[in-house]
Amino acid sequence: MCTYATSRAGVAGSAKGPNGGWFHVTDATVYFDHPVHAMAEHTLNIDLVDPAAGPSARVAVELTADSARALVAAIQEALAAAGAAALVD
Amino acid sequence: MTTRTVHLPGHNGDDIEAYVAQPEGAGPRGGVVVIHHMPGWDRATKEITRRFAELGYDAVCPNLYWREAPGAAPDDAAATARAQGGVPDERLVGDVGGAAAWLRSLPTSNGKVGVIGYCSGGRQSVLAACSLDLDAAVDCYGAFVTGTPPEGSPFRSNLVPLLPQLRAPLLGLFGAEDKSPSPEHVAELDAILTEHGKPHEFHTYEDAGHGFFAVDRPMYRVAAANDGWVRITGFYASHLGV
Repeated sequence: MCTYATSRAGVAGSAKGPNGGWFHVTDATVYFDHPVHAMAEHTLNIDLVDPAAGPSARVAVELTADSARALVAAIQEALAAAGAAALVD
Repeated sequence: MTTRTVHLPGHNGDDIEAYVAQPEGAGPRGGVVVIHHMPGWDRATKEITRRFAELGYDAVCPNLYWREAPGAAPDDAAATARAQGGVPDERLVGDVGGAAAWLRSLPTSNGKVGVIGYCSGGRQSVLAACSLDLDAAVDCYGAFVTGTPPEGSPFRSNLVPLLPQLRAPLLGLFGAEDKSPSPEHVAELDAILTEHGKPHEFHTYEDAGHGFFAVDRPMYRVAAANDGWVRITGFYASHLGV
């Protein structure tokens, strides 16, 4: 199935891009749809981008639904472990 | 066969890029507009475009994301267009209309043009056929022709209000295991078109879900895809005059 639904989040940080260079990222786009590369019918796709730098300033991941949930849990766990330190940027 | 990239006027006369494949010979022959899926103007869609040239048609596939991401890799362009809300229906109609007019202007044209799309392009194929003078339309598992698009979808509504305006015979190819469109969505579309006396021919394949034509994806189903191509070939032969 295709939902075509897209969720967005503003982010602040950096990502390592396709040419091996780091770049600042400002936006995350999240959607459950057909992957380009992963061998699954649908995946949870995340694009970390800097729109100001053009379409190729993008780090993309395509994760199975289970692995996406595992990633969410791992992120929550890491933030929880950091405790108060994770409350300030 | 000759292939090339051209620029043609799309919606509002905007310059857009398009991939073209043409058979040898002077014609006259029909034309096909291929609408790419949401993942973009990619290699797989260009291969489909070449297949229509092999079948004897002038074929053109407009890059629907040219405005958002000119010259970008197809996957990056798709991500950019998605992040910006996707392709508005009005613009899609204008771009397909521009591509159809470009085909009809070719010296090889017999004046007839069909449209085909896969996945999101299937819905857009029906949308184009409700809005433009086309001679045949093919919808390959297009979602939200009927049914309700979710929050956050680039599609603001389904196409039910437009279906009484359908101007071309419609071939629909669907997978019985698909959830969107589900067999219920397809049955609703069938009923609406029957009610309004719109010529249509639907085939739903068992053991096939969404995307069964995609030869490079795990959802590829060879039996369904092979029969689907037979249906498409016969349908266009009947309506596009090859």
